[in-house]
Amino acid sequence: MRLLALFAAMGVVTYIPRVLPLLALSGRRLPPLLIHFFEGFPVAVLAAFVVPLLLAPGGILAVNRDNLELIVAIPTTLVALRTRSLIATVVAGSVLMVVARAVVQVV
Amino acid sequence: MTERNEMHHRSPDLSRLRGAREALPIVFGYVPIGIAYGVLGTAAGLPGWAVIAMSVMVYAGSAQFIAVSLLDQGATAAAIVATTFLVNLRHMLYSSALSPRLRRMSHGRLAWLAAELTDESFVVISRLLRTRGAMGRPTDPRTGGILPFGFVAGLQGTAQLSWVAGSALGVAAGSFIGDPARFGLDYALVAMFLGLLALQIHGRREVAVAVAAGAVALVLRLVGMGTGAVIPATLLASAVGLLFVTVGHRSEVLADHEEVA
Repeated sequence: MRLLALFAAMGVVTYIPRVLPLLALSGRRLPPLLIHFFEGFPVAVLAAFVVPLLLAPGGILAVNRDNLELIVAIPTTLVALRTRSLIATVVAGSVLMVVARAVVQVV
Repeated sequence: MTERNEMHHRSPDLSRLRGAREALPIVFGYVPIGIAYGVLGTAAGLPGWAVIAMSVMVYAGSAQFIAVSLLDQGATAAAIVATTFLVNLRHMLYSSALSPRLRRMSHGRLAWLAAELTDESFVVISRLLRTRGAMGRPTDPRTGGILPFGFVAGLQGTAQLSWVAGSALGVAAGSFIGDPARFGLDYALVAMFLGLLALQIHGRREVAVAVAAGAVALVLRLVGMGTGAVIPATLLASAVGLLFVTVGHRSEVLADHEEVA
């Protein structure tokens, strides 16, 4: 039930920007500066989300050789930039992580 | 010609079918990503019904992946809702760009179409308008580029159906997998974020925004802020991005971009 309430709230805040311009704007354009400001949001949210996850898991800086998540992120990002395919990136990341863990166990 | 155009407007079933057909490229993108979402949602410990319910109630790819990860990290509901709002605010741009094409439509119909508006449906619709006119037919100057309700409803309805179906398939697959770490699936979500981020990078401006957002969020996390750090980091970084907007710069969002939401 708590999850359903959460999804309902997420649904509402997702729906508002989808519907408001259609109902209220009736053909007028948004100011360009506002467009450019909003345009940055998806990139910013994703980066703000993933960078601490990799560099400081649990809120503690961990830029070292033991941080497998961070090490595997480097080749995974290269695959993402090269292929521009989400599925290829996810498969590459998962496989590389399995390999990295196996290597660490052996060494 | 007049009779034919009249016919399109009077036969909603036909235009719905045409819309559904134009959704096929989206379906091919949504089903595999939906499966990935279903598997990862299950791996993160969400009940299967909840994974599918989110695809029905929220229907926004990036936000759903972020929500799965935030729930896994034990984030507060407030942080999840606020992050969802920020990442989905971009739909305002699509909605405002399409509004002149959806004239002469009741508020109820507009409200219906808005619910299923995504990056991909916007890209497909705007491309159709540019290349072939409304409904994939040569633009009639009299109806010029006005989209019929049934066509858009058919296109977007098919797209969401494929997203929900993909999610359900992913949940079914996820329940067979067992320990996610065995296949590196515990890392797949991070890989998905790296992939989504890479797809958004088109030039110097996006790189600057990403670096600024990452740096601010990292510092905020290190001084003890929770997952809510995403919000000030996003606002600040997006403002930094404005410095890179050159005069006459054509909006990436309003131009083509084929990334999965």
